[in-house]
Amino acid sequence: MVELARRFVVRERRPRRTRTGVSAPVLAGLAAACIFLVIGCLSSSIFAQQTVAGLAQGVIFSSLALSLVLIYRATEVINFAQGEMAMATTYTAYQLTLWGISYWLAFFLTLGIAFVFGVVVQVAVIRPVQHSVIAVVIVTVGLFLLIDGLVTWRFGADLKFMQAPFGNAVYHVGDVTFARQDLGTLIVSIVSVLLLWALFRFTKLGLAMRAAALRPAAAALVGVRVNWMLAIGWGLAAVLGAVAGLMTEPTQFLQPTMMQAVLLYAFAAAVLGGLESPAGAVIGGLALGVFLNLVGQYVGFATSELRLPIAFAVLLGVLLLKPTGIFGHKKVQRV
Amino acid sequence: MKPRVPAGLPAAAIAATVLALLPFTLSGYHQGLASEVAIYFIAILGLNILTGYTGQISIGHGAFMAIGGYTTAVMSHYHHTNLILTLPLAFAFAFACGVLVGIPALRFSGVYLALATFAFAVSVPQLALKFSRFFGGSNGLQASRTVSHTWLYATSWSCAAILFAVAWLLLGGRTGRAFRAVRDSEVAAVSTGISLPIYKILSFGVSAAFAGVAGSLFVIHTNGFAQPNEFGVILSLQILIGAAVAGLGSLWGVLAGALFVGLLPNLSTSVPLIGSSHGQDVVFGLIVIAIMLLLPNGVAGLLARFARLRARA
Repeated sequence: MVELARRFVVRERRPRRTRTGVSAPVLAGLAAACIFLVIGCLSSSIFAQQTVAGLAQGVIFSSLALSLVLIYRATEVINFAQGEMAMATTYTAYQLTLWGISYWLAFFLTLGIAFVFGVVVQVAVIRPVQHSVIAVVIVTVGLFLLIDGLVTWRFGADLKFMQAPFGNAVYHVGDVTFARQDLGTLIVSIVSVLLLWALFRFTKLGLAMRAAALRPAAAALVGVRVNWMLAIGWGLAAVLGAVAGLMTEPTQFLQPTMMQAVLLYAFAAAVLGGLESPAGAVIGGLALGVFLNLVGQYVGFATSELRLPIAFAVLLGVLLLKPTGIFGHKKVQRV
Repeated sequence: MKPRVPAGLPAAAIAATVLALLPFTLSGYHQGLASEVAIYFIAILGLNILTGYTGQISIGHGAFMAIGGYTTAVMSHYHHTNLILTLPLAFAFAFACGVLVGIPALRFSGVYLALATFAFAVSVPQLALKFSRFFGGSNGLQASRTVSHTWLYATSWSCAAILFAVAWLLLGGRTGRAFRAVRDSEVAAVSTGISLPIYKILSFGVSAAFAGVAGSLFVIHTNGFAQPNEFGVILSLQILIGAAVAGLGSLWGVLAGALFVGLLPNLSTSVPLIGSSHGQDVVFGLIVIAIMLLLPNGVAGLLARFARLRARA
């Protein structure tokens, strides 16, 4: 009897915790880095200033990295044209302000245009070649050249200037000087990231998009229009890219090449974070921005030519220790 | 491979004859263009070995070209080595670098590998800028002598022919089968006794060596100047585009890919309406997208389709 009872008892399943993919050593490392930064900021004003400037730069890397991650999660491809799309939308905002529209109205109009642009790109040229990763990569490379050529043709390669969105004021806290521009960039980018997170977390559309990305077949069976969800994903990625572009403009000014270096740092940030993890992309971008600024300040050997190689050396170092990035999961491969 | 030999060999022989006779009818400028096509031919061939046959995506072949190119420039500038002799040196040095890059690349796959090689492509020209004392900075480093168009044409197409034969023999044999097994399924390859590290690293080395020779010829082509901005990211992307147009995993489309990448930018500058360097980007981008949409397997896929049609008829 006891034997039988034991057999039929259904073992209660423990509620599974959602895996965040963060292991203890990684968390400890991040905490140590934060403590180091805080102590550094308290003990040296130059350090604090570089940290804030680095965060402002890093948050731009984060936005663009996040837009790469959005697309990667849905279709496992990398959009090499993401930076150029951001650049094109920034030029759109410039054109709108030339027509006499105020900066912030142009800002929001541009985000709408960027969304449509992203959707159109996905439907027109990405969807037909979706099945092959290498074909998508090459199509995005083609888009890169196409957008670059079109913008240069229309606007020329020389520097253009827009009105500074946050003014040129600076704040003094003790010995430390903060640019209002940097703080504004931080706030705008963080707000857009949070809005995006809320969209994915709390709305039905976000749920459908997550379903389409994770289990396309199952999502289609319960009535999610998978193809449209992917297109909307591209649209949202383009919106984030537009934010990154508009926030890059005050420091780099408008030129067709303005987003190319940013895109490379965003690649590094996204891979650092694990390519599949939105939180990882954000943390990766911030960490990279701060790290590069501090290294540039304190290491004499690291001149400006070495900025990119250093970023990629860090990336390679992290990847060699943990090939799927800080927040990534290892995938089991079946034959 | 057997049934391919009768189809491929006559085609190769005809191509070789045409190429040997061409310089008698071409002007110096056009011989230069034809040499450029040969350079892309070699680079695309190299990338095809790695990406098409072994399945390892690389967006960093411009960096291996830079390594080969700077080998030639440094040897010629500082040691006055004969330019022909620098070609095998570039081959060997780029092979060594390819092996060195291939070892850490074992840890990556797919998109991660693509991004890691991309990082490599971005970093190498920056190193040439950083150590500008030795490498001449952004002005570049010049080889000690320049050559005529005919010399360059003969040398580059001879190299292309030799390397094509090497690739054909390598890929048709045991090594090629091992490469393709690694590409199609790593797990299945391992379980049939193929060593993944050895073949992946070998593929990286050979592929880089081809790119190194291409880079070396590239430097000779640009009047012996090795400049960092010549070896930028765009070069790596162009080689990748060429390989995709040619068709990955087949040797028969490589010439078409090389013609596309080598000639299209020069042809599209004469397009009316947008005949400027930006118009060139527009046309190039449009055609790349169109080809990927219409011919997902590149020119080699098209050729294979024709061959099948003929076999059925």
